[in-house]
Parts: sequence; structure tokens; C-alpha cells
Amino acid sequence: MLLCRAIGVILLAASVLTGAARAEPADLDALVQDLGAGGFAQKQKAIDGLAATGDPAAVRSLEAMLDGKLYRRLSDGRVAIGAPSGQVIRLSDPLTGADLGDAAPADVDRVTINNRLRAGLRAALGGLTLLSPEPSVRRSAADAILKARPEGIEPLLRQALTRESDDRVRAAMEQALAAVQLSSAPEPEIRIAALETLSQAANQDVRALVAGLLVKDANGVPAEPDAGVRAAAETTLAAIERRLAMWGILGNLFHGLSLGSVLLLAAVGLAITFGVMGVINMAHGEMVMLGAYTTFIVQEWFRAHAPGAFDYSILVAVPMAFVVAGAVGVAIEQSVIRFLYGRPLETLLATWGISLILQQAVRSAFGPTNREVGAPSWMSGAIEVAGGLTLTYNRLWIIVFSLVVLALLMLLNRATDFGLTMRAVVQNRRMAASMGIRTGRIDALTFGLGSGIAGIAGVALSQIDNVSPNLGQAYIIDSFMVVVFGGVGNLWGTLVGAMSLGLINKFLEPVAGAVLGKILVLVGIILFIQKRPRGLFALKGRAVEA
Amino acid sequence: MRLPAAAATIGLLLVAAIAVPVLNLAVPASSAVHVPTWAVSLVGKYLCYAMLALSIDLIWGYCGILSLGHGAFFALGGYAMGMHLMRQIGSRGVYGHPDLPDFMVFLNWKELPWYWHGFDNFAFALAMVAFVPGLLAFVFGWFAFRSRVTGVYLSIISQALTFALMLAFFRNDMGFGGNNGLTDFKDILGYGLQDDVTRAALFALTALTLAAVYGVCRWIVGSRLGQVLVAIRDAESRVRFLGYRVEFFKLFVFVVSAVIAGIAGALYVPQVGIINPSEFAPAASIEAVIWVAVGGRGTLHGAILGAILVNYAKTFLTGSLPEIWLFALGALFVAVTLFMPRGIVGSLSGRADRRPSPAVTAEAPEAAARAPAARPDPAAP
Amino acid sequence: MTHALHARPDKRDTLLYLDGVTVSFDGFKALNNLSLYVAAGSLRAIIGPNGAGKTTMMDVVTGKARPQAGTVVFNGGIDLTRLDEAQIANLGIGRKFQKPTIFEQHTVAANLELALAGHRGVWNALVFRPNGEQRARIDETLATISLQAHRDRLAGSLAHGQKQWLEIGMLLMQDPQLLLIDEPAAGMTDAETAATAELIRRINRTHTVVVVEHDMTFIQALDCHVTVLHEGSVLAEGSLPTVQANPQVIEVYLGR
Repeated sequence: MLLCRAIGVILLAASVLTGAARAEPADLDALVQDLGAGGFAQKQKAIDGLAATGDPAAVRSLEAMLDGKLYRRLSDGRVAIGAPSGQVIRLSDPLTGADLGDAAPADVDRVTINNRLRAGLRAALGGLTLLSPEPSVRRSAADAILKARPEGIEPLLRQALTRESDDRVRAAMEQALAAVQLSSAPEPEIRIAALETLSQAANQDVRALVAGLLVKDANGVPAEPDAGVRAAAETTLAAIERRLAMWGILGNLFHGLSLGSVLLLAAVGLAITFGVMGVINMAHGEMVMLGAYTTFIVQEWFRAHAPGAFDYSILVAVPMAFVVAGAVGVAIEQSVIRFLYGRPLETLLATWGISLILQQAVRSAFGPTNREVGAPSWMSGAIEVAGGLTLTYNRLWIIVFSLVVLALLMLLNRATDFGLTMRAVVQNRRMAASMGIRTGRIDALTFGLGSGIAGIAGVALSQIDNVSPNLGQAYIIDSFMVVVFGGVGNLWGTLVGAMSLGLINKFLEPVAGAVLGKILVLVGIILFIQKRPRGLFALKGRAVEA
Repeated sequence: MRLPAAAATIGLLLVAAIAVPVLNLAVPASSAVHVPTWAVSLVGKYLCYAMLALSIDLIWGYCGILSLGHGAFFALGGYAMGMHLMRQIGSRGVYGHPDLPDFMVFLNWKELPWYWHGFDNFAFALAMVAFVPGLLAFVFGWFAFRSRVTGVYLSIISQALTFALMLAFFRNDMGFGGNNGLTDFKDILGYGLQDDVTRAALFALTALTLAAVYGVCRWIVGSRLGQVLVAIRDAESRVRFLGYRVEFFKLFVFVVSAVIAGIAGALYVPQVGIINPSEFAPAASIEAVIWVAVGGRGTLHGAILGAILVNYAKTFLTGSLPEIWLFALGALFVAVTLFMPRGIVGSLSGRADRRPSPAVTAEAPEAAARAPAARPDPAAP
Repeated sequence: MTHALHARPDKRDTLLYLDGVTVSFDGFKALNNLSLYVAAGSLRAIIGPNGAGKTTMMDVVTGKARPQAGTVVFNGGIDLTRLDEAQIANLGIGRKFQKPTIFEQHTVAANLELALAGHRGVWNALVFRPNGEQRARIDETLATISLQAHRDRLAGSLAHGQKQWLEIGMLLMQDPQLLLIDEPAAGMTDAETAATAELIRRINRTHTVVVVEHDMTFIQALDCHVTVLHEGSVLAEGSLPTVQANPQVIEVYLGR
């Protein structure tokens, strides 16, 4: 439905440029008026008629009809597109878009449709857009036809195929043609040839169509009478299912990496505070939450003061979130944690208390409900690959973003003075102090760094999760699991830990279900820690024993 | 001194076990000393929490094992009791099914799952109240202590354990009522749960059980085993090199603690009238830890005191100033760890020896904080 | 080359022997094909510069570290590399750590009582009450380590040297055949050091003792067989004057 609507919108634009020359307004108008008249059968006739014109100008009316926005004015029987506006419905001409004035709801009848008509409308829309100048529109039209397989579309499809220059669109049209032939051609040879073509597909609809041939009714009679076709269908079905399974695995891979990158973002700050400093910060999740709320505030500011630059608000939010969460982190370290070094269990309890305070503070300030954080245009949308696999841009960006954050952190750790001092303090506090390093200051900064990175994670998470006071709670256990699984004190371990947990989760999900999968992962980690108490990438040797 | 404190605690509980029911049942409602039934149940609930706190103090205060998942044992005991109460409803449920609890009828289940069998028998249910938490603690502890998972690692995985159980119990097809849990109980051993007498009796039973459990804990910590536990808490590797199998001692006390928590949960459910997966929430378990910290860990009666005080404050604050409660609870966590690490009882008793002071534990900060996992050894080079 | 330094002693007299033991941490060999024999009833001092593998050697014997290669045999045939710390302790090997490790929250007497030889089971611990004989042993050990006056004090409140003695006392309560003592004189005053040396010599009358130490005065006071470790292997063995005269030892300690 969304797809059709998208086609319609694009087509509308196209029709303005090209449609005028070819349209014959009188005929078209008569057909459009028929849409509102009589029973469902008559409406179907009108739809077929409009489809047969091949005129993109008809798209708008069919679209409106599909969306339930087509009305018939009772006074003169005129069909119009209506947009409810307050107490009245604003009417416009389905072909020209000209304003036809307002009408009270009682003065118009909505043009009703049923499921059959809905399918017919989709097919007609598919056919009408086959000749669009825009390849992506033609491609979508072919896909729509493949889904709906409307009667009588074959000539139009063939016509479109002869002039098609784009290879990918051509392939899609061939698939659509094969699907149409498979459902309507009487000759078994043609159906077998169609199956041959369809065996290249990776598509649930094709799978259902082909599988439908093999279904037996209550008396054991298969839906497809011809044995040769049935055999071909079986081969084709196997090929499609193999291909679908492959795309399924790739999909799991992507979603697993996506979840892994989210876990990585949430955990990498923890890898510093817990892994490097040995501080159990139960308020880590709240640092993430603060980052998400910072994003919200920054976006509100942009909405109010610079709506044109909204797309860049995220770029401002990242440093802001780092500063806000980092500052809160330094404050926590200075006011509470530094008095508790060497008492990890007490630190755990105190920071839990801080997390409760931060949650309630945010709840009091922003309310308990979710806050809307928008996505910049360059993060919205998706790439449709194949086999139902869609890669959304926001998740792709988060994968990139998480890796960039990790890389920067490693760089900071290895290549800067701060990283060197930080490692020095971790390895031998007394020695570092005696060399003139202000260890207390390094502790505060390190903790601030870990917290700031959690804040950055919050910016990313605000793009895919609800921004609410409970945001942090959802990630804290997972983050700890990542750090513990990957091995404490090792950023590579955090990367591998996060990605493996993400992948394991996503590959278990189809088998065991989301909740059970998560439970299995948790139990698995509990058992894993017993086996390798220091995680995957454990440091060995005397240094860690001490 | 410890013995007078122990005697006083048990004495107070015994007095409460008699006085509260009497003041509720025998004293007319118009009297100033009458205890209303809601208060009986409320205090009964506090005493169940106190028992949970006691179980945490036994392992944390004396053996240094900070479990952030003890709510799981409490909830499992509660579910075992809840299953019995569910079965006692019989055909009086909304759907009137003779065997199946309402939620199973609702889910279109045809017969009772195998693990529900036997729970119609009260004695069997009681056995499960102790057995299920004990078994889980045994399995978890066996793996954890044998591979020497200690310190914060243990805390984190115990938290993951209760989190996993919470997710599991939220699922409808687990057969424990999903989101809603078990509720709408009618009676226990034929006595109506809404009756004043039943409620007073449950209260008395809770107080007596708490006194008994307290006595058992006192006995354990007063024995040589208790000394070994404290020794493990303070210098685990020394205990090992003296030839004690540290993992067995930890396992023993962990299982005992889990059973106590399970009993607490079982007494809690009939008085509160519901058990649902939120009892497994990690936050609930951590909250229970702070009761112990407030009262004073390693003192036993401090845990009881802390649980009652904090929960009274919670009832009071959530009733009058709900926004304030989480601030107050959070501040309590911070304040107690920073300013009163020995808790109320520890601070009042004034004996500097009760808990290691910060100065003592801070001797090996790196060792404690950074390598808490395998074979920690404060004496390593 | 290590084998050339000493002949293999009679097996019946050997209480502990390490043969070709190698322990490495991430490529760093803390012990490198170390072979060492300790005769029953002997007193042995082990010296060596930092990182020579002294403490790792003790870790291997007491089950705290597992060697990648080699065998550790105790009492004529028990392979220690397969046992854990508690099992090894119960075989009769006591260990004192470099840093005094005692139970600070227990009294001095309770520390000794916990170390008292006997059943180590959970149930036994629950019902245990020391009998007269056992109480007498505690008093006796208190006298040996000169802490009678501090019997009911919390161990955490003892002075550093007293803590070291208490830990040695706990070892005695275990009644082990072999005592491994890691730097007992570290941080002690001269008088305490002398008293500790005397204490160890007294213990040696009834027990086999291996001492790791840096303090040469202390070693001198022990007046015993000395083994010098260097980079995880034995560099020299013999009486203190002999090893002190050994040019290799001089180079390791003073050279470079």
C-alpha cells in the first residue's frame, strides 16, 4: 500500500511533465466518474478501463480510491478527491487537482471498495506506472504486478518490456510476466517456461505462488493439473527457497551486526570505566539516557531556531552529549566514586543509587513518557536489497558510527599523552603518582571519558529506540554482559563481544523467538563466565593476578 | 554484645507474633490500641522482606558474596506457594474449570502442564518452596564457585540470572500466568485468605518463622563454619591454603540463603495476594541489598531492622510523595555506602571491629577491583 | 646445566622434588625447566633477584599455578600438579604469603583455631567445638610465636611483625610436613628479623622448611643450604658463603 502510494506521488510529478500531451481528458474523466457509480462490478470495469488507457493521469484518482479518499458529491454526482478539514471535506478534481469547494460530510458519499477492488486497484496502478520515465517507478510497478497478477495486464507488460532499457527493471518485468503467465496461461509449456524464469526469484510472493501449485485439496487433487508443471514447480520452489534462505542469513547478519553495534556503543564506555578503572558504574545506562535527552533538547532548539539546519542537529548533539554526560560523569566520580575506590561492591550500590536519582530527575523534568527524537533526512529511508531484505540507513549509520567511536578511542588510548598516562595509572598507580602524574585527576577524566562515550551512544540510540527515562535500564545488563564476555580491559574484546552477542541473538531469534533467544544468550554467558572467568580476550600472566 | 541482641530480636519477634494478632482480633476496632487488618498484612509483608534481607546478609555480610539476584529465589518460593493457592481455587475461577487455573483456560490449554502436578498437595508445595530455590542456588553456585567467579562478576551474573528468569516468567507459554502472574487466591488449607483470623495467623506464622530463621542464621554464623565464612570474606586464598574447600562452604551457605529467601517468598504471597514476574526484576533484588546495608551487614538483626525501616519509609513516601521516593531511595544508596558503611546497627554498636573499615579493605584496591575473577590472591607478587 | 649442579638424592629422603618445571605467562617464562630437590627435615633458603621465579615456584607447589611442563612430586609419589590448593594443603604443605595474610576480623586465637589440623568439611565446621587437647595446642602455638598476651585481640590490630608470626603460627597449627615461607622478614625490625630466624630454626626441628628471602642477614642467621634462582632456573646451590663466592651469582646480583 505504501509502495503504491509512493509510486503515485512520483508519478504525479512525472505526469505534470509528460502526461498533458497524451491524455484525452474527456474519456478519462468519464471513466473516473464511473468509479463512483454503481456496484462493485461496475467500479471494477471503470478501474480496468482506466488501466487500459495506460495514462498516468489516472493514477491520482485510483490512489485516492485505494486510500478511501474518493467521494461522490450527492448534489451533482461528481466524483472528487476529498480531504477532511475540520468540520468539512475539501474537494478537488481527481484529474486536474482543481479546487471544487468544501462539502459537509452529509453532502458526500465515500466511494466504498472491497478487498477484490483493492487488489484490482493495486494492479491497475501497477500497470499504469509501467511506462513511467523513472526506472525505479517502473521497477516498483513490475513488483506490484507480480504481487497482484491482474487479468489483462499481459499486453501492457509485453509492450513495456519491448521498450525497457534498464536491465534490472527488465528482469523485474520478466519475473512479473512469468508470474502472470503462470497464473493465467492455459498451455503447460508456457507455464513451465514461466517457472524456469521464476526460479531466479528471491521473493516470498513468488514462493507462495509456486507453492500454491503444489497444494492438494481435500481429495488429494493438486491445484496444478499438469504433472510436468508440478515437477518444474518443485524444482523452482527449491531454488527459490534456497535463495530466500541465503537472503535470510544475510538479513540476520545485518541485523546481528546492527544490534552488535548498538551493544558496542552502549558497552564501550563501560569497557573504560569497568574494564580499565575497575569501577562498576551501574549508572552507566543513565549516561546513555542523558545523551539521548541531550539529543532531544538540541533538536528542539533547532526546530525552534534553525529549522532549515535540522539535518545537522545530530552533528551538534554528538559533542553536546559527550560534554553533558562526561560532565555528569566527572561530577559523580568526584562526589562519590573516588571515596569508594577499592570497594567495588559499595561502588556498585552507590552508583545504582545515582542511577535511580538520575532516572527520577529526568522523569520529573521531562515526564515519564517517550520523547520524540527526529531523524535527519540523510539517516531516513532504506536500501531494499532483495528477498525482503531492507537495510535502513539509520542502522547502517549506527554501525559506521560505533566503529568510528571505537577507532577514535583506540587512537586516544594508544597515540595520545592522555592515553599513555591513563594506562600508566591503571598499571601502577603508586609509580605513576611518584612520577608526578596526578592520579586523582586522571581517574576523574577517565571516568568522564567513559561517561561521555555513553552519552554519544545515547545520541545513536535515540535514533532507533524510545527516548524515555528507562532507556538506560534496558541496556545496562546487556552492556555488562558484553564487557564480561569480551574480556575486561580490552577494547578489541568489547568489539568482538558486542558483535558476537548481536549475531548470536539475531540468529537465535528465528529459531527460538526473541525472548527465549535472549534468555538462552544470558544463560549461555553465565555458563561461559564459569568456563572463562576473564572473558574471551583475557589478559594473562602475573599482572592480572596481582 | 551479640547474644543479648540475638535474644532481644527473637523475643521481640515472639512478642509481635502474639501481640499483633491479639490487638487485631481481640481488641475492639474502636480502641486506640487496635491494629487494623491492613496493618497486620502490611507488617507481615515487612517481615517477609526482613527474611529476604536476612538471607542476603548471611551471604553478603558474612561471606562477601553480593548476590544481585536474590529476588529470584524469593520469587521462586512465592511462585511455588502461589501454584498451590491457584490449585486450591478449584472450580471457583472465573471460567469455572475444575482443574485449570483461569489463565490456562484463557490460553486455551487443555490440560495441566506436568510441572503443575502435585502442587494441589500442601506438603508437596511446601517442599518445593525450599527445593526449587535451593536447587537453582545449588546449580548456579556449583558452577560459579567452582570456577571461582567472585566479587562483582558474581554480582553481575546473578543479576543476569534473575533478569533471564524475569523474561522467562513474562512469557505466557511458560505456564506461570505470564505478565499477570498468579493471583485471585481464595483460601489456604480451607481458611479464607480474606478472613481476619487467617491474616492474623499468617502474620504470627511469619513472625515465628522469622524468629526461627534468625536463630538458624545465628547458629551458623556463631559456629566454626561462620568463622570460616568470615575468613573467606576477608582472605579467601588463605582459607584455601589452610586446606578448606572454599567452594563447598560458599555453596552451602548460598543454598541455605536461597532456601530462606524462598520461604520468605512463600509467606509473602498469601499475605499480599499476588505473585508476578516483577518480583524477578533486578531492581527489586538490588533494593533488598540496600535494606541490609542500611541496617548493617554482618549483624543479622541489622538486616531485619533495615528491611522494616526502608520499607516503612517506602510505604510512607510512595503514599504521600511518590516523586520523592526514588530520590530518597537513590540518596539512601549513596549516603549509606559513603557515610555509614557499617549501617545503623554497626554504627550504633560502636565496635570498630564489626566490619572492615575502609582503611582496612583499601589495602589492596587494585587487586580487589581489577582482578576479582579467578583465584584472587591478595598476597600475589 | 641445572642437573649438573646436584646429584639426584635418595628418593626416600626427598620430600619435594620439582623436575623440569616450566611456567610461562604470555611467552615470558617465569620458570624455565626448573629442577629442585628438598630433602625431608631440611631447611632450605631460596634467593634470587626480582623475577627469578621464587614466588611462582611456590605457586606451582601449592597448586595456585599450573606448569606447562614438568612434574612436582611430594612425599615420594604424589603428583601435585593435578591437585588444587585445598587438596595440597591437606596433604601437609603449608604456605605463608609474602604479605601477611591472616583473618583480620578474627581474634588471634580464632585464626589459629581455623588453621587447626583436622576435618575441613562443611558439616564438621558447623558442629565443631575445640576439645581440651586442641585448646592446649593453640596455647602451645601462641607461646611458640610469642603472642600469648594477644590471644583475644583482633588479628587486624596486630603489628606487622606479629602478623607475620601469626601466619607462621597458623602454618604450625596445620601441622604440615613442609612449610613454604615467602619473605618472612620483609618489613621487620632487626630484632624481629633475628627472632623470626630463630623461630624458623626451631620449627625446622620438626618440619621441613623452604624459605624465600631477600635479606642476606636473615639467610645468614638461618645458616642453611641455599639455592639461587635466576630467570626461572637454578643458578647455584650450596652454603651461603659458597654461593656468595660464585662468580655467576655475583654477576647476576651486581653485574650488567
